[in-house]
Amino acid sequence: MTIRGAAYIVGAFEHPTRFAPDKSHAQLHAEVAAGAIADAGLSKADIDGYFCSGDAPGGLQSLLNYLNLEVRHVDSTDIGGVSPIVQVAHAAEAIALGKCNVALISLAGRPKADDVRTGTTPRIRHVAAPDVQWEYPYAIPTAVSYALAAQRHMYEFGTTSEQLAWIKVAASHHAQHNPNAVLRDVVTVEDVVSSPMVADPLHRLDCCVISDGGGAVIVARPEIARKLNRPLVRVLGAGETTKHQAGGKIDLSYTGAVRTGPAAFAEAGVAVTDIKYVSLYDSFTITVLLQLEDLGFCAKGRGGAFVADGNLISGVGRLPFNTDGGGLCNNHPANRGGITKIIEAVRQLRGEAHPAVQVANCDLALVHGTGGQLATRHGSGTLILERE
Amino acid sequence: MQPTGRTVPAPQPDAESQPFWDAAAQGRFLIKRCTSCGETHWFPRTMCPFCWSEKTEWVEASGAGTIYSWTVMRRAKPPYAVAYVELAEGPRMLTNIVECDLDRLHIGQQVELVFGQTSGDGTPPVPMFRPTGA
Repeated sequence: MTIRGAAYIVGAFEHPTRFAPDKSHAQLHAEVAAGAIADAGLSKADIDGYFCSGDAPGGLQSLLNYLNLEVRHVDSTDIGGVSPIVQVAHAAEAIALGKCNVALISLAGRPKADDVRTGTTPRIRHVAAPDVQWEYPYAIPTAVSYALAAQRHMYEFGTTSEQLAWIKVAASHHAQHNPNAVLRDVVTVEDVVSSPMVADPLHRLDCCVISDGGGAVIVARPEIARKLNRPLVRVLGAGETTKHQAGGKIDLSYTGAVRTGPAAFAEAGVAVTDIKYVSLYDSFTITVLLQLEDLGFCAKGRGGAFVADGNLISGVGRLPFNTDGGGLCNNHPANRGGITKIIEAVRQLRGEAHPAVQVANCDLALVHGTGGQLATRHGSGTLILERE
Repeated sequence: MQPTGRTVPAPQPDAESQPFWDAAAQGRFLIKRCTSCGETHWFPRTMCPFCWSEKTEWVEASGAGTIYSWTVMRRAKPPYAVAYVELAEGPRMLTNIVECDLDRLHIGQQVELVFGQTSGDGTPPVPMFRPTGA
């Protein structure tokens, strides 16, 4: 069994807002759902599968009630911000098994309007989570978790702050062409390394934005996709996992991508060298660097050299990434970047990215995410998509 | 028990962890070892996370360790240090480094246990570390 060719992404929509004090959380989900279904050229009645994750206010049932959707397949898998990426694969699996025909995946939130300082304020996710009493007293917000991995990478491989800064520089070059991006100014390596330190060695500009909004995608079976008047974006392969502290044997030098990458490439039947465009989760610059190494775009420890000198800038480097500006500059709705990663890959494969960043002959794209806390427990998901 | 320079939330013991926190209140730092597979793990569980045997026992750790990775949360007032410390017994644990120069922390640095005071009346202290000889 495989999901290779079992389903297509037929609709994609990113909410234009980045600050939504005037909208409810559920309303944002509804608006992105309507946007994606309109983009596909389908209607509400066509949706028979629904997918959402940890950002859903009140959970999946509350949203289905609010949206007034009647579906025959549901999935609320939550492994952090990467969740929609693995849910595209789950939707393809469900479609392959005949469990649904048209799946809606939505993500939305308003952390900016609610002044949620996710990156710098410790949170308790669940009082009975077995890890809480061993971590919460030490105050480990998100930025600290990613900083621990960055610090170790520098120690083991000699990675520098200047190299990490190139990831932000590349994102900013792309964001200048995105009128909806939170940060549209092109920045330099010097700008990044001279911005205030948040958690050593991560500076303020190594961190993603906090924004409201969201996005949605529609996944459909091949017979339906072919009847729609949209370019065909086919699901080729996927992998998912989580990585954790391993009973005290945690190794911060790699992410779950070491497992999801090979699985996705094997299912897709393509090689890393075939990929024309990548959407990589960029909660922090270090996230991108680790993912590039673990997916095999460069050798372990060589990520710093790989990203330097504009290698991730579309039209300049060898591997264009996050051409919408990514989470670092454009959008990180609900503090979760999975859906926007899928959406920009779909734009690239359709040839609908901004002309200044559109990758020529973009027929094969990889989407990868890292959700949750890099240095404690994170989810990983890889998705390979092809323009047919 | 040492003041830490910031308000440290008290841990919420559960049925499984109560012996650990009772010992901590008496100044003893316990870890769990499996008598079936011989592995020591962190954080403490009844069932060994490696072989799933329930033949685990509490043992007192030496309190010696080295910094595996570290960071300083500069946005907090006052800033504080978080680290993974690799215990002499093997496991790596998340903790705070206290009584230290925040600008001179480094990977491989030798540290030793110090119990940090938590907020609340009669709440147990939590294991933290400071540079050896500090």
